[in-house]
Amino acid sequence: MLLGPSLAVSAVLFALGVAGVLLRRNAIVIFMCVELMLNAVNLTFVALAQQLGVAGQIFVFFVMAVAAAEAAVGLAIMLAIYRHRQTVNLQDINLLKG
Amino acid sequence: MTATLVIFWGFAALAVGAALLCITRKNPVASALWLVVTLFSIAALFVVLDAQFIAVLQLLVYAGAIMVLFLFVIMLLNLGRGGPSDLKGPAGLAVGVLLAGLMLVQLLGLRQASAAPGLAAGAMARAAAEQGMVPPIARPLFSVYLVPFEITSILLLAALVGAVVLAKRKL
Repeated sequence: MLLGPSLAVSAVLFALGVAGVLLRRNAIVIFMCVELMLNAVNLTFVALAQQLGVAGQIFVFFVMAVAAAEAAVGLAIMLAIYRHRQTVNLQDINLLKG
Repeated sequence: MTATLVIFWGFAALAVGAALLCITRKNPVASALWLVVTLFSIAALFVVLDAQFIAVLQLLVYAGAIMVLFLFVIMLLNLGRGGPSDLKGPAGLAVGVLLAGLMLVQLLGLRQASAAPGLAAGAMARAAAEQGMVPPIARPLFSVYLVPFEITSILLLAALVGAVVLAKRKL
């Protein structure tokens, strides 16, 4: 069965997403890496659904809905930040630093 | 079975390679397009794993809607031209790679704890062959999971209103 290989691929993709969040400064690229992590988790759900029933696939459906909502709101926040600071580089966004 | 394995590992390699390129490209547009390649490959993996409906949903929602939203915002903010790289310095790079590697080791360790065998091999494929692709997902979604489904619709409405309010010119 493909369960073990699927979980391995999913782990690699999740780790790559974590690496992207930690290594980049561009807020939009970091956001894309978060999407990558969500997809890695979706792959885990679908792989386990083969053995544990269709509930895993239904959870993927909900993850996708939450990801869509998150993308819409997050990108709107980024637009608002860009309008105030003219940048989406996280190093230049230090409003809360005393 | 071998053909399935070849397809699985081919698309898995494509997904991992494209994800690697996605997190290392300097240009956000290139990153976004490599992420689209990753999402397509994951959709192909879903098909191999007997989740055809989810694969179509992945193409429509992720590769279609969400990535278009990303590209739209990148171009709206005019970030497409190559500036200085936004990768962190050597110290940040080392710490980031170390932490991500640690995460990978932990996740691969978790893989050893095998799932309890519930369904027989190929049960999902058989259900799909008997009832079609959509009914095995749709029936529980609109009966057992009806309340979460309705809450999701409220969440999407809230996100819609929130995005409009946040993106307005006067915050």
